[in-house]
Amino acid sequence: MSTLEHWLQRYNAGRDALPGAGVPWLDALREEAIMRFADEGWPSNRLENWRHTSLALLEERSFAPAAAPLAPEAVLQRLRRDGEEAAGGHWLVFVDGRHAPALSELGALPGGAEICSLAEVLATHPDWVEAYFGTVEEGASPVALNAALATDGAFVRLARGVALDAPLHVVFIGGVREGASLVRNLIVAEAGAEATIVEHYVGVEGAGDVQAGAAAAGTAGALTNAVTRIAAAQDARITHLKLQEEDRSTVHVAQIAAVQARGSVFASHSLSFGAQLARNDITTRFDGEGCEALLNGLFHVDGRRHVDHHTRIDHAQPRGTSREFYRGVLDGAGRGVFAGRILVAPGAVRTDAMQRADNLLLSPQAEADARPELEIYADDVKCAHGSTVGQIDEDSLFYLRTRGLDEAHARNLLTYAFAAEVLERIGLAPLKRRAQAAIRARLPGGELMEAL
Amino acid sequence: MLDIRNLHASVDGKPILRGLDLHVGTGEVHAIMGPNGSGKSTLAQVLAGRDSFTVEDGSVSWDGVDLLAMPTEERARAGLFLAFQYPVEIPGVSNAYFLKAAVNAVRRHRGEPEYDAMDFLKRVKAEMKAVGMREEFLYRSVNEGFSGGEKKRNEVLQMALLEPRLAILDETDSGLDIDALRTVADGVNRLRSPERSMIVITHYQRLLDYIVPDHVHVLSRGRIVRSGGRELAHELEERGYGWIDEAQATPAAQGAAS
Repeated sequence: MSTLEHWLQRYNAGRDALPGAGVPWLDALREEAIMRFADEGWPSNRLENWRHTSLALLEERSFAPAAAPLAPEAVLQRLRRDGEEAAGGHWLVFVDGRHAPALSELGALPGGAEICSLAEVLATHPDWVEAYFGTVEEGASPVALNAALATDGAFVRLARGVALDAPLHVVFIGGVREGASLVRNLIVAEAGAEATIVEHYVGVEGAGDVQAGAAAAGTAGALTNAVTRIAAAQDARITHLKLQEEDRSTVHVAQIAAVQARGSVFASHSLSFGAQLARNDITTRFDGEGCEALLNGLFHVDGRRHVDHHTRIDHAQPRGTSREFYRGVLDGAGRGVFAGRILVAPGAVRTDAMQRADNLLLSPQAEADARPELEIYADDVKCAHGSTVGQIDEDSLFYLRTRGLDEAHARNLLTYAFAAEVLERIGLAPLKRRAQAAIRARLPGGELMEAL
Repeated sequence: MLDIRNLHASVDGKPILRGLDLHVGTGEVHAIMGPNGSGKSTLAQVLAGRDSFTVEDGSVSWDGVDLLAMPTEERARAGLFLAFQYPVEIPGVSNAYFLKAAVNAVRRHRGEPEYDAMDFLKRVKAEMKAVGMREEFLYRSVNEGFSGGEKKRNEVLQMALLEPRLAILDETDSGLDIDALRTVADGVNRLRSPERSMIVITHYQRLLDYIVPDHVHVLSRGRIVRSGGRELAHELEERGYGWIDEAQATPAAQGAAS
């Protein structure tokens, strides 16, 4: 059975059980979305935007849960034990793309803050969702598949001026009993609202890594298809941190799309450390004057793993400021792709955009592509970009060795330091520490860097 | 203590050191002066173990051990210290982490217990005070955004913490104003001891007013061409390096002509 038939069957068999089934606008949207996906299929490298990252492997794949999954409780416990409690925090947990109330824990919320699962809000207030759910046309074909089949996700609505006191952690534990998770998160911040939202994607493979062989052949493994839509109204401030730590056999395809009104501030931190293949499309559009965006990212690949970030910042209105920093650490025969598009629309004067992409190759087989794409249709703008692909700096290495550090320690230190600079931009100290621990766990000799 | 014999070293096939001989006894301070391009920094880098230079011939014996056979980090742990002419900036690594890692690497080698965080901080703060560095420099990235003088102070701080047996100061005076030079020189002088040898590399006599050497050598075209006491430095100050080059070039030219 080809994968397209698999998804059509899944849709036909499951549509009535999807959350919000029977809500007319949603039924119609899903119907169109699945048609679009059936028409387009998985993107392959025939498409310009997918030149370096084809999802054609998904056509032959059977979506399998982990062979010997850890219990979701254990996975969650591992996530939560890192001293995060001190900073409070709200936890909304999904297993295989479905809300797990027993694992979730929301603290006291300020009045005007609604946090629940998408399924719940579709059951009670589908009208809250309609304007923010998204359209059939947006994004690439996996986004359409997600629109048709997303089983759940986080729903956050913050009324005017409401600030979430502690971060909301949305945790997606995939591959437990099902091979494919499709989730859609909607974040709606009204004027002046503020929140920090963390999305964790974690796998459940035990130490055995049983499926690595099959995954390397591309025949089995889990799939995560995630869409996050963020609407930031005037002067809202949204910080979004995504920590992708999926199993090595998982394909992770995700889109984060923000729309910003006048004076709003959006910070996106995308930390992509796991998965066999991960593709993140991150976009924001300045729909009002004086918006600010930070797109900050770090990825790590080793083995034959592959991580791709495609970003797009739409300076549609004047006086917007965007800062974009992406770094990749590439080991083994890993492959990293960064394509950063910046569009400055006619009339978007006094735009100030800056983009940097830097890659550190730890192995001669690793490969990095960094592609800036600036399209500027306005005068009186400041736009700068730069990218590098390089190896460990020999001068730095020598300097450290003359101080008694052995070569391996020195290399590991410089590698970690390169990665850690990205994490310095994460404002909240507990989140920064968590991110540092996550990358340390993946880099050689990371345990020595704790005191850094 | 340090015995360099007939040292030849090249970079990318281009000879730089061409038969250098130097003997440094325990506790002695030797100044090496010479014009730009004479091989001063190359000597420092070769002694520290930089592998972009190829040693073509000769030997370096350090207390009877073949120095050139040791990896860079082992030389450091055994007590060789190079103060860099251009200290390297390492973004993302705090000076505190760097200093502690270095000190503990050396202490492990000596069989001494590693410092814990408290002991280390106490020690490092005392040494920082002595070289006139504010505490904030502990928490900044190694040398990143430091001024020229701050970088050199950081080098002297490392030297004080690592307590080397042989310290090589590569143009520690370059880029310093007179006040910074004095502070750095004071820091170095404090570390003079009968057990510690020093090689002070400099282009200018000025530094040697503050760090007074036992011996002065003139390096030209990869060889020591003159050795003497302090007075040699003053002679160079007065006459410049031109006469050295001329003295060198003349016999060679004659040889070629005959």
